[in-house]
Amino acid sequence: MISAHLPALQVVIPLLAAPACVVIRQFTATWLLALSVSWISFFIALSLLWQTFHLGTISYSLGGWAAPWGIEYRVDVVNAFVLTIVSGISSVVLLYAKESIEQETHIKRIHLVYTGWLLCLTGLLGITITGDVFNVFVFLEISSLSSYLLVSLGPDRRALTAAFQYLVMGTIGATFILIGVGLLYMMTGTLNMADLAQRIPEVEHTTTVHAGFAFLVLGISLKAAVFPLHYWLPNAYTFAPSAVTAFLAGTATKVSIYLLLRFFFDIFSETFSLRTMRLDVILLILGVIAIFSMSLVAVYQQNVKRMLAYSSVAQVGYMVIGISLATATGLTAGIIHLFNHALMKGALFLALGCIVYRLNSVELKDLAGAGRRMPWTMAAFVVGGLSLIGVPATVGFISKWYLVLAALERDWWWLAFMIVASSLLAVLYIWRVVETAYFKAAPAGHIKEAPLSLLLPTWILVAANIYFGINAVDTVNFAKRAADQLLGVF
Amino acid sequence: MEHHIVLRVVAKLLIPIILLFALYVQFHGDYGPGGGFQAGVIFGAGFILYALIFGLQTTKQVISPSFVHGMSGAGVLLYAGVGVISLFRGGNYLDYSVLLSDPVHGQHLGIMLIELGVGITVAFVMVSLFYAFAGYRQIELRKQGSTKQNDVAQASDADPNGKRQ
Repeated sequence: MISAHLPALQVVIPLLAAPACVVIRQFTATWLLALSVSWISFFIALSLLWQTFHLGTISYSLGGWAAPWGIEYRVDVVNAFVLTIVSGISSVVLLYAKESIEQETHIKRIHLVYTGWLLCLTGLLGITITGDVFNVFVFLEISSLSSYLLVSLGPDRRALTAAFQYLVMGTIGATFILIGVGLLYMMTGTLNMADLAQRIPEVEHTTTVHAGFAFLVLGISLKAAVFPLHYWLPNAYTFAPSAVTAFLAGTATKVSIYLLLRFFFDIFSETFSLRTMRLDVILLILGVIAIFSMSLVAVYQQNVKRMLAYSSVAQVGYMVIGISLATATGLTAGIIHLFNHALMKGALFLALGCIVYRLNSVELKDLAGAGRRMPWTMAAFVVGGLSLIGVPATVGFISKWYLVLAALERDWWWLAFMIVASSLLAVLYIWRVVETAYFKAAPAGHIKEAPLSLLLPTWILVAANIYFGINAVDTVNFAKRAADQLLGVF
Repeated sequence: MEHHIVLRVVAKLLIPIILLFALYVQFHGDYGPGGGFQAGVIFGAGFILYALIFGLQTTKQVISPSFVHGMSGAGVLLYAGVGVISLFRGGNYLDYSVLLSDPVHGQHLGIMLIELGVGITVAFVMVSLFYAFAGYRQIELRKQGSTKQNDVAQASDADPNGKRQ
């Protein structure tokens, strides 16, 4: 009986736990609640992934109202895969969060971190699972508002301005999405995704639908930090608490990229969104600019957290390039990178969180000698960095491999060359950290290695980086099936 | 506020009516215009009016900030809880028809409880927003006040012609 209701429970359990945190208020209890709820969500997502992979798409009508009228939750391989990523990253990072949050956040506000965290998780899972475009907007607002809260709870006062900046940009994005949904509703009279997909071809040529599409793409790209719309991201990531940065970096932009995929390939057809609207060219150009310019900006950062934030914008560029190719291999590459980037940025930000825990700084100059004083932390950072560069036997390599493969499939040698060349920029900025940490003399004073409760989750993600780098069969299978489904081959 | 006798008397007369009207909007939402959100706003406005006339401190004694925060969570819990109950009674999430043996009455009860949850949350979120902004102003005033007092103290210390000499 319970297995039939898993799609609803996926969203409802964290939603119920969030207000419970406000009522409980005691910080260890709220952490325990958040942790267990997140792990339950993770197992639900895994079982949904298994069901969709073997038994096909699941449809769940909320409140018993049938599909095109009521709100439908629709789980297929694409969103089951994203659900697993989001809940998995949240679960591992929550293991880590306790010590880190207790050090970085005022004790009276700790329960708010977990409330915001659970709400954000609810929103992200909701956006992913729902089959109703207005419901997407509602969950988007839930996840956005709670992530503004999470960013503003950072240890530095500048977190407040960063959160406000994020709020302004995020609100513009959400408003654009709402306008887009409204225009589509005006033309088709439906909000259900599958129903929209059927009705849009009739009215596809109208200006209203074109305008709606433009609003949707701009709005979602803002939330996904696609290159010229990434303005909010560096500050938000830099000033948020370490654990929150790892959580948001691994989940929030990924879910927005998923939304782009859903709108491009499912609701609109890929011929409309990529060919008619010429988004293939636009996204390709923006993606290539992103991977070069943002990596270059990252090279010059003095703050390591900000450096990784700029690198995140560059990595979104790779996903966008994968989408713009509009082939099965290109999409597979984009979807694999969704998963792989969550793993590597999660590992890197967690390692950075360990450094903050002991050194209380993320400035590059303060990392001098950290390699000897915190060997395990820095080793984790190095492996994460190698993965970001795309060294074989790490997940980064798998992403780059499929992306280059997709470029070659189109006979675009220049693109393959550019993808490899941009990886060299990643070598540069990771090397700057490695050089400072390993080859510069440490200042006086004794610094201990980070506690085990922080190192363990960090190394879980590092191990995942290596494991899925060597044994990529599962991820590639899921990503291929997802790509086929989006392209309508399957 | 001691002198504003008209305001105080009128507020005391109005506040019970405002709260009562909020409950009317809440529970008459099925038949007429209204519902949880509107009712919550009116209910919250009643408390805010009280705070404007009688001061923030008095209002915080009437409903403490921790109670306000707890209740704003409890409303959501009520909403989501109704959905869970319908799960346990064999329906889909938020399927009100299974709440009672008769589907029509079940739908009625379901929407009533849901709207009550919305109303509770909206009312107390309104009050907690007011507390946050009004409290901020008070902190600012306290800071200014304390520096002013220090200035006065320092000035009188530094004044060579002061009476203390």
